[in-house]
Amino acid sequence: MTASFCAPLRLEQISIALSGRELLTVNATIAPGEVLTVMGPSGSGKSTLLAYIAGFLDREFNASGGVWLGEHDLLSLPAEKRGIGLLFQDPLLFPHLSVGGNLRFGLPRHSKEKRQQVTQALEQVGLAGFEARDPTTLSGGQQSRVALMRLLLSKPHAVLLDEPFSKLDTALRQEMRALVFSQLREAGLPALLVTHDHADAGAAGGPVIELG
Amino acid sequence: MLRLPPILIIALLVLPVGSGLLMVLLPAFGYLPALGGNTFSLAPWQMLFAQPGLERSVAVSFASGLVSTAVALVIVVLFLAASRGTWLDRGIRRLVSPLLAIPHAAIAFGFAFLIAPSGLMARLISPSLTGWERPPDALIINDPWGLSLIAGLVLKEVPFLLLMSLAALPQLAPEKRLILARSLGYSPTIAWLKTVLPSLYPLIRLPVYAVIAYASSVVDMALILGPTLPPTLSVSILSWFNDPDISHRFMASAAAILQLGVTIAALLCWWLLEQLISMLTRRWLTDGSRQRGEIVLRIVGRSALLFSSITALAALVGLGLFSLAGFWRFPELLPQTLTLDHWQRSGPSLVTPLINTALIGLISTAIAAALVVATLENEHRQHIQPKRALWLLYLPLLVPQIAFLFGLIVAAESLGVRPQLVLVIAGHLLFVLPYVYLSLAETYRRLDPRWLKVARSLRVSRSAAFWRVRLPLLLAPLLTAFAVGLAVSIGQYLPTQLLGAGRVTTVTTEAVSLASGSNRRLIGVWALVQAGLPLIGFMLALGLPRLLGTHRRGLAT
Repeated sequence: MTASFCAPLRLEQISIALSGRELLTVNATIAPGEVLTVMGPSGSGKSTLLAYIAGFLDREFNASGGVWLGEHDLLSLPAEKRGIGLLFQDPLLFPHLSVGGNLRFGLPRHSKEKRQQVTQALEQVGLAGFEARDPTTLSGGQQSRVALMRLLLSKPHAVLLDEPFSKLDTALRQEMRALVFSQLREAGLPALLVTHDHADAGAAGGPVIELG
Repeated sequence: MLRLPPILIIALLVLPVGSGLLMVLLPAFGYLPALGGNTFSLAPWQMLFAQPGLERSVAVSFASGLVSTAVALVIVVLFLAASRGTWLDRGIRRLVSPLLAIPHAAIAFGFAFLIAPSGLMARLISPSLTGWERPPDALIINDPWGLSLIAGLVLKEVPFLLLMSLAALPQLAPEKRLILARSLGYSPTIAWLKTVLPSLYPLIRLPVYAVIAYASSVVDMALILGPTLPPTLSVSILSWFNDPDISHRFMASAAAILQLGVTIAALLCWWLLEQLISMLTRRWLTDGSRQRGEIVLRIVGRSALLFSSITALAALVGLGLFSLAGFWRFPELLPQTLTLDHWQRSGPSLVTPLINTALIGLISTAIAAALVVATLENEHRQHIQPKRALWLLYLPLLVPQIAFLFGLIVAAESLGVRPQLVLVIAGHLLFVLPYVYLSLAETYRRLDPRWLKVARSLRVSRSAAFWRVRLPLLLAPLLTAFAVGLAVSIGQYLPTQLLGAGRVTTVTTEAVSLASGSNRRLIGVWALVQAGLPLIGFMLALGLPRLLGTHRRGLAT
C-alpha cells in the first residue's frame, strides 16, 4: 500500500464472541479525519475489537466480519502490513532508545531528511531539543506526546486509540485530547477510540457507539 | 538468627574462592613450604613456557570458550526472536529443563557416539551414501582444533542460556513491545530483535559470562571430546597436578594462574565484542528497516535450536543403544542383538558411586536450600533490595574451577582437613548454592505479600506464617530448585575428583574415568545412569506435589 492515501476505514458486520458468548457487534464506516468512539464498561470487549482490527486477537476469541481500508481487505494481511497505528494507555517508549531514536524507529526506512522530520515532530508538540534525552526522564505527558509523534511519523493509514488518556491527570488530559484529535484531523486519518470516559467521546466530536 | 545466613552465604562463596586463588598464586611463584618451596622464584613459569604445545593449548581453551558461547547465544536469541507463540516454542519450553539437567559428561559421551567414525551418524549414511564398509580412518572426536568440543559445549549451553532468557523475559513485557513495533510496520522477528533484545541482553549478561568462564576452562567435556596432543590448558593442568614429580605441582600452579588469565582474556574479548556490536547496530536499530532479513532469520532461528535439541536427545538415544548392544557390525544402523549383560556386569560396581552421588547431592542441596530460603526470608522481613551482592553469587561460576580448587585443597590441608567426603560436599555447595538461589529467588520475591498479611491478620505468628503459608505455597518452586541443585551436584566432576583425592567415587567421576578406555558399552551404561539421576530428581519435583495431594490450580509453579 502506498503511504499517501486517505481512505475510510470500514468495519463490516464485525462480531466477536468468547466461548460461545457474543461480546459485541459493530458495523460502521469511519471517514478520513473522523473519530468514531466506542464506549463501554470494562469487560465489554472494546479492546478486543481493537485487537481484531489491528491483527493481534487472542486465539480464544471467535470473530467474524470484514475490515476494509478503502478497497483493501486488511484481514488478509499480517498485523505489520495493515498500516494501522496504535496508541495505548501507556506511552511504551522503548527504554533502550533515546527520544529521537524512538521517533526514528517510527519513520519509514527510506524517508527523506529524517533528522529534520524528527526535529519538526518534537517542535510540533513543544519538545524542541529533546532528541538525545532518555525517555524515562520525561514526564508522563511528555512521553505521551512523543508516542503520538512516533505513531504519526510512521505514516499509518488509520489509528486505533485504546483509552489513551485514562492514565493522565485531569488537567493534562484536556490538553492531550486537544492535541491528539487535532493532529489526527490534520493528518486526515480515520480513527477509532475506545474509552469509558464520556468526556473523551465529547472531545472526539465524532459518532459514538455504546456497548454493553 | 535470620541475619546470619546472608553473611554465611557470602563467606561460603568468597572465602573458598579467595583462599583457593591465593594458595595457587603462592606456589605459582615457587613458594609452598609444605612442598619444599621456601623462596619466591620464576622457575615454575620458565618451566611452564618451555612446555611443548602450550600456545596451542591456550589457543584452543580461549577459542572454545568464545566460539561455543557465541554460537549458543546466537541460536537462543534467534530462536526467541523467530518462534514466539509457535508450537515449537511451547514444545521447547517443556524440554529445556530436562535438557539442562543432563550432565556435561553424559552429553559429551552421547555426542561422541553420534559423530564418531563408527558412530550413529556414519552408520545412518553408510554404506548407502558413503560406500563405507568399515569405519573411516578420520579424527572426528578429539580433533586438534577442538571443533567437536565446541559443538558439545554448544549443546549444553543452549538450554542454559534459553532458561535464563525465559526467566528474565516476563519483566520486559515483550508482548506489548512486539504489538507496538508490529503496528508500526515491523515484521515479528525484526521487531523482537530491535525492541526486546537490547533490553534482554543486560539481564542475561552475567549468565553469559559464566558460560564463557566455564567453557574456556572445562575439564570433563575436554577429556572426552577435546584435542589430545596437546589437550586444552585445563586438562594439561590436571595431569601436571597429578604428576608424581613435585616440581610439576609448582608448574601446574603457574598454569592455573595462566588459565585464570585466559578466562579473563576471553571475558575481556567478549566485552569488547559487545561494545563493537552495540556500536555497529546502533544505527540499524533506528534506521527504519522493517522487513529485511525476516525470512532468513525466521528459518535459521527455528531450525537451529530444533537441530541442537534433537542432537542432544539423539545423543541420549545413542547412549541407550550402546549400553544394550550385543553384536553390532559397522554399517548396521541398529545392533544385531540386544543384551542386558553390560548392565548386569556393571550393577555391583554401581552401588558405591550411586550411594556417594546421592549422599553428596542430597546433603549439599539441603544445606544450600536452607541457606537460600533463610536469606530470602531475611531479605523479605528486612525489606532489603537484592541487586548489590548478586554478582558475588556468580563468583564460583566466573572463576575457573581448575584455578582455585587445587589451592583450596592446599588451604584445607594446612588447616588439617584431609580430602574426604565432607570436603567434597563443601566443594559441591560452592556450585550448588548459586544455582539454587537463581532458581528460587524470583518466585520467592514475587509471591503476593498479601497472603502473609492475611495469615498475620488471622493471628498467626510470623514464623508460623512462614511454615504454614509461605512454604506450602512455594512447594513446587522449592522442589524445582532442589532438583536443580541435585542436577548441578550430580554433574560435578572436578570438585569431586580433586576434593575427594580420587577416593570418593561418584557416577560422574567413574563415567569420566572411562573416557580414556574404549569400552563403549560400559560407557553407555555409566553415562546413561549419570544422565538419568537428575531426570529422576526433576520427575519427583513435578510429581511430589500431586502425590502429597497438595496440587491445586492456584499454586505457584
